[in-house]
Amino acid sequence: MSILIHKNTRVICQGFTGKQGTFHSEQALAYGTQMVGGVTPGKGGQSHLGLPVFNTVKDAVRQTGADATMIYVPAAFAADGILEAADAGMGVIACITEGIPVRDMVNVKAALRANGASLIGPNCPGLITPGECKIGIMPGFIHQPGKVGIVSRSGTLTYEAVWQTTRLGLGQSTCVGIGGDPIKGMDFIDCLALFEADPQTEAIILVGEIGGHAEEAAAEYIAAQVSKPVAAYIAGITAPPGKRMGHAGAIIAGGSGKAVDKIAALEKVGVVVAKSPAQLGEACQEAIRRKG
Amino acid sequence: MNLHEYQAKAILRELGVPTPKGGVIRQPADCETALTELGSLPVVVKAQIHAGGRGKAGGVKLCRHADELHAFAASLLGSRLTTYQNAPDGQPVNTLLVEEGLPIARELYLSMTIDRAAERIGIVASAAGGMEIEEVARTSPQKILKEWVNPVTGLMDYQGRNLAFGLGLSGEQIGVFVKMLKTLYRVFLDKDLSLLEINPLVVTEDGRILPLDCKMSVDDNALYRQKALAELADMSQIDAKEAEAHTHNVNYIALNGSIGCMVNGAGLAMATMDLIQLSGGTPANFLDVGGGATAQSVAQAFQIILADANVKSVLINIFGGIVRCDLIAEGIIQAVKEVGVSVPVVVRLEGTNAAAGRELLASSGLAILAANDLTEAARLAVEKAQGFAQGAAQ
Repeated sequence: MSILIHKNTRVICQGFTGKQGTFHSEQALAYGTQMVGGVTPGKGGQSHLGLPVFNTVKDAVRQTGADATMIYVPAAFAADGILEAADAGMGVIACITEGIPVRDMVNVKAALRANGASLIGPNCPGLITPGECKIGIMPGFIHQPGKVGIVSRSGTLTYEAVWQTTRLGLGQSTCVGIGGDPIKGMDFIDCLALFEADPQTEAIILVGEIGGHAEEAAAEYIAAQVSKPVAAYIAGITAPPGKRMGHAGAIIAGGSGKAVDKIAALEKVGVVVAKSPAQLGEACQEAIRRKG
Repeated sequence: MNLHEYQAKAILRELGVPTPKGGVIRQPADCETALTELGSLPVVVKAQIHAGGRGKAGGVKLCRHADELHAFAASLLGSRLTTYQNAPDGQPVNTLLVEEGLPIARELYLSMTIDRAAERIGIVASAAGGMEIEEVARTSPQKILKEWVNPVTGLMDYQGRNLAFGLGLSGEQIGVFVKMLKTLYRVFLDKDLSLLEINPLVVTEDGRILPLDCKMSVDDNALYRQKALAELADMSQIDAKEAEAHTHNVNYIALNGSIGCMVNGAGLAMATMDLIQLSGGTPANFLDVGGGATAQSVAQAFQIILADANVKSVLINIFGGIVRCDLIAEGIIQAVKEVGVSVPVVVRLEGTNAAAGRELLASSGLAILAANDLTEAARLAVEKAQGFAQGAAQ
């Protein structure tokens, strides 16, 4: 088992024939992901990477039975792409695109409320179930099928967590990069709920950063609903207030969203919080030991 | 991207929101024109910088005589103003806003932001205007009024009335406030703002409602479709090194420490800064070099980092995923040669072909230290920075 995606997930790519879409579709195919086609409006009927190209997501779903999509279209068209996928009945929508205006995401989230789709991102590396299905830009080889569920707001910090758990022999059930934007699809709590229910997942790593209160909300949720061991790392102890640290959502505004507050909230509910990004794997082992 | 008060008020005025009568002073000679246009004294003069706390820092003055205005303008223009919100060396004052003095009866607070948790535009209002809203929220949360806008319906009249009555407005003011609020909401949407804050929103003795101050921030992600607003950017208000990095599309934020950082990924870049502090050092900057980390982007990043004279060592931390570490190592070697880096460079490479990358760095003959892991890299960078600083002192 895993969460969200698995070996039978049928994946398409939106922005399929573009540079990013092409490169990462090749990588996904090489990893063994069941890619079944892609969408580029106006190029329907063509073939790309040996797979059919469709004009619309609806066509792609109808003809391939796809149930997941990865979106690599430019920021100006990404909101449109997400809603097209949702409207076509996609179960999992991973939007890798960075730089979507926040107003667009307010509207997308309002529209998605009545839809059952799981949106991952935007501005994220995507998600992967090791050995089965890779949807996104993460390097496949650092992963190893195993027992740790990883959910993270940062791409490269996810890779750190993955690499460390791989080297410690823990492996990963599924890794979800939820992205660095202030308004996004799935949040920590959504992923925690899925990991808690997933029999393969025995421990959870949560990687957060400054900005907003999602980590504090996750801490409350963990206290009430999560029985599995949880380890965490929060980036941005040294981040100055009022500055956007790369990610649109990584900003301490009006004294709120500080790393120290998030760390305190997580530690209070028994989460093992790593002091250093180099200790994520060990923190996870420690969390498992404590729950013994 | 932040707008100046005078720019924000011009936008409001254009859309029919009543604002105080005012003019802009860019050189001392503009004072006379501004006075003629305003027609009467006293006037209020305000330094235009991208920071709050201007009043307490001496950047705002009520002038009762023309001489006072001239003297104040002459002293402020071209100077740097430091408030509790900006850096110790402050920000340059290149523009002043001069406005009619208003007979103020009450000071209210009004703002619109993107509420991350609610995933909607949130409106905050308070009868306790003129002070910092965070302080009001902390000390007297009952004085904070909130409304969230459903994007399907837009801002409804009843929400405006909730706030208007909550603020203690009455009679015709209710309708005036609701109309103003709906225009502000329109501005927030149409201009892709991430913040619109009016503090204070004043009620004059004759019952008018006017924004006395106005702060607007534009969503950087939306600048591609807000071309007119993008042109209002005042790069003089930003740290010079950050402004330079910005022109090269490099994500850089200047800090006060001595260890320059070059990292791929925003999260890892922040984590690297944190790790430097944990190892007893101080980070000089945040810099996300992006996923590619080519010789060209690394060279550019070096130039930006080394423009900071405080930098005593550079820590490069790359998790090579899709891009192979041996290629990244070649890029780093080429960049170090090209740029002529004089401070010690510590590199941590992890991911695809990491061992080959480290080997290349170690055998390059350059002063590049290849660390075996992240912890060692941070420790080395701190040690080397201390060593370099001592060497320089001798």
